[in-house]
Amino acid sequence: MNLHGVKAIYLFELARTWRTLMQSIASPVLSTSLYFIVFGSAIGSRIVEIDGISYGAFIIPGLIMLTILTESTSNASFGIYMPKFTGTIYEILSAPVSTLEIVVGYVGAAATKSVILGVIILITARLFVDYSIEHPLWMFGFLVLTCLTFSLLGFLIGLWANSFEQLQIIPMMVIAPLTFLGGTFYSINMLPELWQKVTLLNPVVYLVSGFRWSFYGNADVHLGISLGMILLFMLIFISIITWIFKTGYKLKS
Amino acid sequence: MTQAMTLEQGASVEPIIAVRSLNKTYQSGFCALKSIDLEIKRGEIFALLGPNGAGKTTLISIICGIVNASGGEVTADGLDILRDYREARQRIGLVPQELAVNIFETVWATVKFSRGLFGCAPDDNYLEQLLKNLSLWDKRDSTIMALSGGMKRRVLIAKALAHEPKILFLDEPTAGVDVELRRDMWAMIRKLREDGVTIILTTHYIEEAEDMADRIGVINKGEIVLVEEKHALMKQLGRKTLTVQLARPIARLPTNVNSDAVSLTQDGRTLVYQYTTAADDSGVSQLLGQLQEAGIEYSDLSTKQSSLEEIFVSLVEEKQ
Ligand SMILES: Nc1ncnc2c1ncn2[C@@H]1O[C@H](COP(=O)(O)OP(=O)(O)OP(=O)(O)O)[C@@H](O)[C@H]1O
Ligand SMILES: [Mg+2]
Repeated sequence: MNLHGVKAIYLFELARTWRTLMQSIASPVLSTSLYFIVFGSAIGSRIVEIDGISYGAFIIPGLIMLTILTESTSNASFGIYMPKFTGTIYEILSAPVSTLEIVVGYVGAAATKSVILGVIILITARLFVDYSIEHPLWMFGFLVLTCLTFSLLGFLIGLWANSFEQLQIIPMMVIAPLTFLGGTFYSINMLPELWQKVTLLNPVVYLVSGFRWSFYGNADVHLGISLGMILLFMLIFISIITWIFKTGYKLKS
Repeated sequence: MTQAMTLEQGASVEPIIAVRSLNKTYQSGFCALKSIDLEIKRGEIFALLGPNGAGKTTLISIICGIVNASGGEVTADGLDILRDYREARQRIGLVPQELAVNIFETVWATVKFSRGLFGCAPDDNYLEQLLKNLSLWDKRDSTIMALSGGMKRRVLIAKALAHEPKILFLDEPTAGVDVELRRDMWAMIRKLREDGVTIILTTHYIEEAEDMADRIGVINKGEIVLVEEKHALMKQLGRKTLTVQLARPIARLPTNVNSDAVSLTQDGRTLVYQYTTAADDSGVSQLLGQLQEAGIEYSDLSTKQSSLEEIFVSLVEEKQ
């Protein structure tokens, strides 16, 4: 195990976050604040409680999910795409680091950043609405697992992408819509029966549901299924990444 | 213990890099390397020469793990570069041909990163000395963006040396580096060699190879054309030219002079005689004797040894 190597990559990536602090932290915080102002306070005050929770509080878990899913994906994809783009990837490829170590370094850093972001949003939310967290440990566990899983996905996208457009396309065209439709702003029980079934095809539903359960103790789907889904995604992403490195696909000619 | 000793003893005779039947066909179907066999000796400076597109970078990239080989095997310090990639790569440093640097990073951060990436514990004293040797110490807190092209290349060299490798690959290290710095760089490379580092470099400045290298390999169209000690190469293939400035112009060569070897310039003022240094021929004294016999006076004599560049060009042309 090349611990120095993992640490070098990890710290390098965190330093990149630090350099771009404004985009990295400030802009997600700002946009979530806007969501709270619009949906939580302005519109939310006219919406009845959902499952006995005020609307403002109800959307907190979903909003955090929305941010960390998109941020994990785009940040991790950027982290590995840039060295490919500038050519500095040569150093990583020629270094005595294994696939696992490279992934731990890059994905670990992206996930760390997302977790920090999630916590910051949680604190920001406090300024707008009152909420409680019923299962704080589970909450943190879900947060970390989700950040890791979607940083893995981001890493995968960064490996695959050949242009900045391709880099943006999945976070924008897939992840953001799925999150909006994944029960961020509503409980899926509020949908017509047919759409409830369709919605279950959306993986984000399981993430939001589990995460919301850790806050308020009620969920759209069973907790075990939520957890199982996260772990399943993780496994899938790790397998694909391992395969990519094994074959050198798109990294080595 | 005993195993380690035998390993070490074995190590002193075996080549530090051994390339066997190495093939590379790119996805495009282009065959960049055709069954390359090459051995690099421990502690030498090896210059790899060849025209653009010959396969130099491809060969180096495979040894360093950046490009996958299509066939064949490579060992570095006795370690298979695929099976024992960790140990093998730890011994190798690479200065790539392209100036690939993270422009937002500082010089200090980037060399520190390289050292860690290659699995070494931090050693600020070593890195300080390294940057000083490369005249980068003053620039340690600048972002790489703010450096000139030559400085960036030195940053790449510093990164390659940050983990104290035993083998250093330099893919055109002096491209875009001014004369003075180039001299400094060569001095540093000689110093590295004294410290036991094996150096493999490619260059298009043939004087550099002539100056620096112990051995020279020529690659063309994916094949190694020749590998030779530099001096032996010069001797074997080196041609000399004797130029004789005549005191008075003559219309034609005197009859007693062999017209195959000697030629007269158009203006009739200069005789040019080509000969090889390898053959112990007495051609020069013979020619001078013949001139005297014919009563031709000369005002000046000069000889010139052909450079490696000329040797190299003739080699590559021969193959075409
Ligand atoms: N990724 C690639 N895909 C397809 N062909 C490639 C690739 N990389 C290099 N080649 C081809 O392989 C050949 C050898 O290239 P290489 O870069 O090894 O040459 P070189 O000897 O380093 O040349 P130069 O002196 O210009 O640096 C060239 O014909 C090049 O076009
Ligand atoms: Mg090259």
